Amino acid sequence: MFWIAWKMLVGNRAKYLGIVFGVVFAALLIAQQASIFCGLMSLTVSQIRDVEGPDIWVMDKNVQFVDDIKPLSDTELFRVKSVPGVAWAVRFYKGLGRARLQEGTYEQMILLGLDDATLVGAPQRMIVGSIADLQKPDAVIMDDAGYKRIWPGEAFRIGRIFEMNDRRAVVVGITRASRTFQSFPICYTRYSRAVQFAPPERKVLSFVLAEPEAGVSAAEACRRIEGSTGLQALTRDQFIWKTLRYYMAKTGIPVNFGITVLLGFLVGTAIAGQTFYLFTVENIRQFGALKAMGTSNWMILGMVLGQALQVGLVGYGTGVGLAALFGFASRTFTRLSFFMPWQVLAITAAAVFVIVLVASLVSIRKVIVVEPAIVFRG
Amino acid sequence: MSAAPPDDALAVRCRGVTKEFGANGALTRALRGVDLDVPYGELLMLVGPSGCGKTTLVSIVAGTLDPTAGDVVVLGQDLVAMGNGRKVKFRRDNVGFVFQQFNLLPALTAAENAAVPLLIAGWKRAAAVEAACGVLDRLGLGDRLANLPSELSGGQQQRVAIARALVHEPRLLVCDEPTSALDAENGRITMELIQQVAVQPGRAVIVVTHDARVYSFADRIASMEDGRIDAVEVRSSSGPRAGAGP
Repeated sequence: MFWIAWKMLVGNRAKYLGIVFGVVFAALLIAQQASIFCGLMSLTVSQIRDVEGPDIWVMDKNVQFVDDIKPLSDTELFRVKSVPGVAWAVRFYKGLGRARLQEGTYEQMILLGLDDATLVGAPQRMIVGSIADLQKPDAVIMDDAGYKRIWPGEAFRIGRIFEMNDRRAVVVGITRASRTFQSFPICYTRYSRAVQFAPPERKVLSFVLAEPEAGVSAAEACRRIEGSTGLQALTRDQFIWKTLRYYMAKTGIPVNFGITVLLGFLVGTAIAGQTFYLFTVENIRQFGALKAMGTSNWMILGMVLGQALQVGLVGYGTGVGLAALFGFASRTFTRLSFFMPWQVLAITAAAVFVIVLVASLVSIRKVIVVEPAIVFRG
Repeated sequence: MSAAPPDDALAVRCRGVTKEFGANGALTRALRGVDLDVPYGELLMLVGPSGCGKTTLVSIVAGTLDPTAGDVVVLGQDLVAMGNGRKVKFRRDNVGFVFQQFNLLPALTAAENAAVPLLIAGWKRAAAVEAACGVLDRLGLGDRLANLPSELSGGQQQRVAIARALVHEPRLLVCDEPTSALDAENGRITMELIQQVAVQPGRAVIVVTHDARVYSFADRIASMEDGRIDAVEVRSSSGPRAGAGP
């Protein structure tokens, strides 16, 4: 009987495509907008993710997210180092600098200052040059996207010179780095150089990066650091979620995307529901004939749900497929952030399930109440 | 007039059947105490003007509509006492339907349409379609098995509907205006097929019709008027066929 239901469904191409279109539209919009939202959110924490190695970030207790810099005094580094259970700790500078290019133009940059001795937090995916070149005088490493933004159309070339805070900076390497929320170029340098590039301030230490000793968990080490220093110490994951929560709670981004997702859900439900209902009404005599011939209401229910499920599967697959295709294609010619984790697929699947369920419920009522005697009426 | 047949020779036995639609002020009496016997092996035609209750009566006999009052015993089973689930099974196993508008599924081929009752009964698709092909072949549609209803003429579609009604070998065949959507020639062919293939000793056939051209195919004609059976005319010289009964 499910085979008959399937044949009935696909037999009317126009109606079938109409129903599928509604689901595809909803799945595409939900998956695409949710993926862009996830992409945007991932940008907010990209700089935490890019700092590989240390498990613990120590900062002022009032810091709310990664770009909310509340500088510490340099002595805080030693207080953190002295906490039992901390294997090592290093300085990390993060701030914004204004670069004056040789062409005379100015460019805002994200300035990251790495511990002079260890270069902890250095980029891992060098394209041109080497991390060790940061030890050279005035050396900086730029991210490839930032380089292309400042010098569009030009080949990667080390040795380029610009000024920051009247200090000379020489590009000694180009690295691949995750894009940031602000989309500014990223400039890596040594901590001691970064504080010279930055505008003068009494306190300049942004974060202390630390690692727990073997046998001490990062969470436990964080508790000890907070207890001993009064600073805020977070594991890498905790800091990522703190930053994400801040953007979700304090900005309108989730609401804006949520509205679009909701619209996609409602429009998709309306299109799929209406077309599915029309399809059922059009076939009501056929359903009546099947009931007259001995098909039970349960079987009719199964047939309608089977039809809805089939539409849902095709619509979902096509919708998320198109969304993924869109994301893949947009990587090459736009700077759109697009990240489709499994949660997006699961949420979209749940939304599509609700859409086809709602769409079929109206139709189910129609076919369940229809009397088989309807087939005897002319 | 011949003597009334014994109850076990009756495929259909209705006594005092009434059917009312609506309620209170808008009450409509479609049937007003109908008595009807249909022996096995008989082709009975129900005739009468529009709105006289033919379709209501045949719907009740086929188990697709419940009467308001009266007794309805079909193939030895009391339909009034039967629950809805059992009635669905009863129709599936025992009743074949031929509808005025054919009601073929447009997306299924002729063979697949004819196989639907077997699929409802739980047959495997391949076996059901194979059995349906055999019936269609007997009805002269052996070369149109793979055609969709839209690719068949009205007469051919009605033959597919007859094949669908007979494929599971029901003991009661109910035909609602089977010739009204057909021209005279196709109407005659359809009734010939029903008479040749469907009318058998262990089966009863009830045909609701307006079409006076096909009256000659009936064994008896029950004329209805205003929710009652006015007269029953015996047309067949041989009367109900011998060997009837379950």
